[in-house]
Amino acid sequence: MFKKEVVIVGGGPAGLAAAIEAAKAGAETLLIDENTKAGGQLFKQIHKFFGSRAHNAGTRGINIAKSLLEEAENAGVELWLNSAVIGLFKDKKLAVVRIGRPEKTTLIVEAKNILIATGASENAINFPGWTLPGVMGAGAAQTMINIHRVLPGNRVLMIGSGNVGLIVTYQLLQAGCHVAGIVEAAKKIGGYGVHAGKVSRAGVPFYLGHTIIRAEGENDQVKRAVIARLDHNFKPIEGTEKEFDVDTVCIAAGLRPLTELATMHNVRHELIPELGGWMPLHDANMESSSPGIYVAGDSAGVEEANAAMDEGRLAGVAIAQSLGYLNESKAEDLKAEIRSRLTALRQGSFGEKRLSAKLKIIQMGSAL
Amino acid sequence: MRIANHPILGPALETDLICITVDGKELKAIKGEMIAAVLLANNIRIHRFTSKRKEPRGIYCGIGQCTDCVMVVNGKPNVRTCITPVEEGMLIETQYGYGKKGEIDV
Amino acid sequence: MSASIVINGYLSLEEIRQGHGYPSEERFLKGPVAVIECVQGIPCNPCETACKFGALTVGEPLTNLPQLHEESCTGCGACIAQCSGLAIFVVDKTYSETEATISFPHEYFPLPEKGQEVTAVNRAGKEVGKGRILRINTSLKNDCTPVITMVIPKGMSDEVRGMKQIGRGQ
Repeated sequence: MFKKEVVIVGGGPAGLAAAIEAAKAGAETLLIDENTKAGGQLFKQIHKFFGSRAHNAGTRGINIAKSLLEEAENAGVELWLNSAVIGLFKDKKLAVVRIGRPEKTTLIVEAKNILIATGASENAINFPGWTLPGVMGAGAAQTMINIHRVLPGNRVLMIGSGNVGLIVTYQLLQAGCHVAGIVEAAKKIGGYGVHAGKVSRAGVPFYLGHTIIRAEGENDQVKRAVIARLDHNFKPIEGTEKEFDVDTVCIAAGLRPLTELATMHNVRHELIPELGGWMPLHDANMESSSPGIYVAGDSAGVEEANAAMDEGRLAGVAIAQSLGYLNESKAEDLKAEIRSRLTALRQGSFGEKRLSAKLKIIQMGSAL
Repeated sequence: MRIANHPILGPALETDLICITVDGKELKAIKGEMIAAVLLANNIRIHRFTSKRKEPRGIYCGIGQCTDCVMVVNGKPNVRTCITPVEEGMLIETQYGYGKKGEIDV
Repeated sequence: MSASIVINGYLSLEEIRQGHGYPSEERFLKGPVAVIECVQGIPCNPCETACKFGALTVGEPLTNLPQLHEESCTGCGACIAQCSGLAIFVVDKTYSETEATISFPHEYFPLPEKGQEVTAVNRAGKEVGKGRILRINTSLKNDCTPVITMVIPKGMSDEVRGMKQIGRGQ
């Protein structure tokens, strides 16, 4: 059995940022990720980020990922890749399957502090034909084009007009795919106007107040998609069907936190629809209802990479403080700086809903 | 289809190619890339057929969470092709139900 | 404000003119100038740091809309590639008697060649005429955001905001 001071589950932006803070302060930090490379979803974000200088504004996600990996290595973070945390048992014991080994090995790691930063998974919408090869998550298409440099198909219909739907549409165009349209059930485009502007200039039409009603196949893959207009009860209106000659349908219907591990340790969860559904509560230090178990990033509420990094930093500093590696005043100063950056991100018509949801979580989380 | 030159990612790098076999057909693959990527590079999108209704399935989440992309790899079924890297001489087969074609009749 | 961006996916000229990022007609007639088509309050300010003439300000909070100070703007175009939303352009209505130029970000391959005739598009992606490529700026500073300068008929200078991606068929 291994004993570590800090174990971080998930090497995405939140996990990496936390590992860097904890290790920099002197804590013995182990970061575990099930993939062959850390970075989470960051390496797929080939667009320039928003925010301020402090938020890496103007830097592409891939470059932010590269510098986080470098910083983690320089800080002396121990990294276990190809390692899946399959269980989190009481007394903060983790079961880890090291898939990369010649014969699979399951190890037990006991930690003084654990940060769960497992991210989120894409929601699915089901409709006749949704299981056909060619129907996939928008994130899956993004993985294929930006990480694996292969096209998921040639002619795509995008379902969902939030930032993921808009950004992945743009990236599919950059990769060389044709995007026939963006279908959105609501009467308004969900994501940023500037992202919508980019795809509009590229000639991609929007179908607001519509939904996909079926995907039709030929040769065991998508050959056609049919959408219809929705009435005010979100029911398809007969006679309004539109057909699209596409071989790929991407679903960008939102993300939801991956909560399996936190649930295993009996962490208190709540339903917070604004941030993706069911998620763990936490206090202002990102600590959950289970002492020594922290949460950060999309698995603590779906926002975006900058918020994930800052929540990770907050958790990393709080953990280092609890272990005595940072004195009270230094830690409080660092945390105050991070918290004010997080608040700056959660402003404006898009951010304020997230801000009030997070305040609600912290209020409930602190009362536990 | 592979992306030869990408406006942000740049040109495809010269890399080591290895040989793998997919349903008896020999294909060239880039060392270390994911099985699912090689298949897409060759316009192959059907990974398996379901056991009850014999329906086709392929990539859905792309990051190892949904298991829709599993295939029989080197004789072993239920291998997630989106997160499994290729190796020289790897044998990949379309999965039927829980195993190879004809192996399990459900 | 900016109702049409969330319904159409693009802004109307009237809406852009109501913002603080559109130069006056007077300023347009003096030479190249930046045009900022950013109308939603999101936390974002790399445009502010991109401009060394102080012609673009956001201030605090970050959600403030960028303000163009047209008298300080030289139309150098440094801001175009720095805008993460690809929402800044430079328009020169003084290029010639009958023509104007528009400089815009274009993150697609293949890039056109200098002198090439391409299809000009408006904010809605509608093909509105032809453009002639004057310059392509692929400086490393732009981090893979090529900035293309295209010559167009002067009458379209408030409308054209890009070119059709080469190789994009239907």
